[in-house]
Amino acid sequence: MEYFAQQLFNGLTLGAIYALIALGYTMVYGIIGMINFAHGDIFMLGAFAAMMVFLILVAIFHSLPAAVALLVMAIVAMVLTSLWSWMIERIAYRPLRGSFRLAPLITAIGISIALSNFVQVVQGPRNKPIAPMISQTFDVFGVVVALKQIVIIGVTAVLLAVFWYLVNKTPLGRAQRACEQDPKMAAMVGIDVNRTISVTFIMGAALAAVAGTMFVMYYGVISFSSGFIPGVKAFTAAVLGGIGSIQGAVLGGLLIGLIEALWSAYFSVDYKDVAAFSILVVVLIFLPSGLLGRAEVEKV
Amino acid sequence: MRKRLVPVLAAATLAAFAASAHADILLGVGAPITGPNAAFGAQILRGAQQAVDDINAAGGVNGEKFKIVVGDDVSDPKQGISVANKFIADGVKFVVGHYNSGVSIPVSEVLAENGVLEITPASTNPRYTERGLWNTFRMCGRDDQQGVVAGAYLTKTFPGAKIAIVHDKTTYGQGLADETKKALNGAGVHEVMYEGINPGDVDFSVLIAKMKDAGISVVYYGGLHTEAGLILRQLVDQGLKATVMSDDGTVSTEISSIAGDAIDGFTFTFPPDPRNRPAAKAVVETFRKAGFEPEAYTLYSYASVQVIAEAAKAANSLDPTAVAEEIKKHGKFNTVLGDRSFNEKGDTTNPDYVVYRWKKGEDGKYNYNQL
Repeated sequence: MEYFAQQLFNGLTLGAIYALIALGYTMVYGIIGMINFAHGDIFMLGAFAAMMVFLILVAIFHSLPAAVALLVMAIVAMVLTSLWSWMIERIAYRPLRGSFRLAPLITAIGISIALSNFVQVVQGPRNKPIAPMISQTFDVFGVVVALKQIVIIGVTAVLLAVFWYLVNKTPLGRAQRACEQDPKMAAMVGIDVNRTISVTFIMGAALAAVAGTMFVMYYGVISFSSGFIPGVKAFTAAVLGGIGSIQGAVLGGLLIGLIEALWSAYFSVDYKDVAAFSILVVVLIFLPSGLLGRAEVEKV
Repeated sequence: MRKRLVPVLAAATLAAFAASAHADILLGVGAPITGPNAAFGAQILRGAQQAVDDINAAGGVNGEKFKIVVGDDVSDPKQGISVANKFIADGVKFVVGHYNSGVSIPVSEVLAENGVLEITPASTNPRYTERGLWNTFRMCGRDDQQGVVAGAYLTKTFPGAKIAIVHDKTTYGQGLADETKKALNGAGVHEVMYEGINPGDVDFSVLIAKMKDAGISVVYYGGLHTEAGLILRQLVDQGLKATVMSDDGTVSTEISSIAGDAIDGFTFTFPPDPRNRPAAKAVVETFRKAGFEPEAYTLYSYASVQVIAEAAKAANSLDPTAVAEEIKKHGKFNTVLGDRSFNEKGDTTNPDYVVYRWKKGEDGKYNYNQL
């Protein structure tokens, strides 16, 4: 029982990070029907920004409360990463809007390669490690709970609540949903479609930056290629939950994390990815639009 | 680097021209003299050159003297093949080289067809000697010999411990893990867990919780330093006190910055420093007098020439096939690396790995030392 609880908790932590990244995929897909393959690398940029902020903070203050450091890291990373994402959307995606469907997809793949190569060149190909930030652990009925795992799950829950509120209860969210349903009509009723799309990219990037900050804090290692695997997993999570659906992305992220953890716990670690992706395939056979996705409406 | 090599190359070329008159034994040295691995190429060339000088000074082999012919492979297999063809055209009978396994392997096939013996001071990929060629010999250890050393160390140091074997599913990592498993099982020790991870994975919390549940106290990891460092770090995070042992792929100072304090007590196998061997003392001093630090593969290259010379003497022949036969059945060669003997495949039978351990030094920094 303790073993199960332990692995459940480990899986939840992993799933929380996936969920944060998956939201960026799903929001962008929801609004312009494009899969932003560069999103994993945006996450990696966020992690790098957070790591640099951490190193600068340590150099200036030597020691400061972890909570303060994390907050500063997350905010700076969110700002920088949003700026990057906004720039990418402006330069690489917006000019292609309205061209054939594959064009932005290919551009996104190009941006992904460009970003990771850029970081490889300027930061070097090696792993960048930082000292452990939070090493406190608690023993809850035989389950080892690290403080940083609680932080990850807590931060994710709060952010999800905030974003759910933004999308469902504010004028901005209404504009997003309007653009999602019919960009032309939305423009006619006075919504700045381009601005709304930019904001969506920025929101996705900000979440990815928080995921990056959590990643650096939890694992303490980042390299130029670190965005790839979490990016693929988060994309899978978004598809599993139903791409375009915000609740679906969260559910998908948590499910992928849990499947990986519980499969590894009771079967073989070797096959955890096989298990996660097989379940994805099975789900898609029976529910082609994912667990919480709506049936695809062909956009005209 | 290049400046210093020019006279050597020039001397070698001149020597090659002068050679025909004296019917000397032509010894090819194939190594990356230029390119990213030039430092290793220089070690191999200097080592062989010094050995040739010393052997010639002592009267040569069967009345004949060695002459070196240099071939620069730039660590490129295609370049290696053209070097091999040049060696064959020059009438070279013995080759010391190459550095990269990826070069040594294809080159040995060309050399085998043309009756040339090859002995590598540095290529550790098992396949080099696993293809049944008559002419391939290896002075250094094999990747899989590490497993034997690791297995023996674990059985001796942690009798009765519950052992987990983890690898990164690569040819290298899994190969080492399997060799270690074989060695452990051979000694009657059976691992409790055997798992593979993906290179690039960062989350090992599930794996570690699994180890904890199984009561693991010793972990063998076959793979590279990034994942090893993360495993060490996360073991501490999860409060599992286990000894981790790994391989030469983890030897990098980077691992200590990834693992932080968790590096303390981490053990791994790595070749011993040949400069510390008593047999090498005089030769090391000769090198140092000449202003060259005989690092890494220098002495392996030196020993390679010694083996060829000693086998040729014993066989009383300069025919590569006869020398190859002799090396395999000769028994102990007295080389600068100590006593070495070879098996049927051409590998040295003295597994050339020792155990190192990370420890906090007096200056508060972590470093590793041979046990």
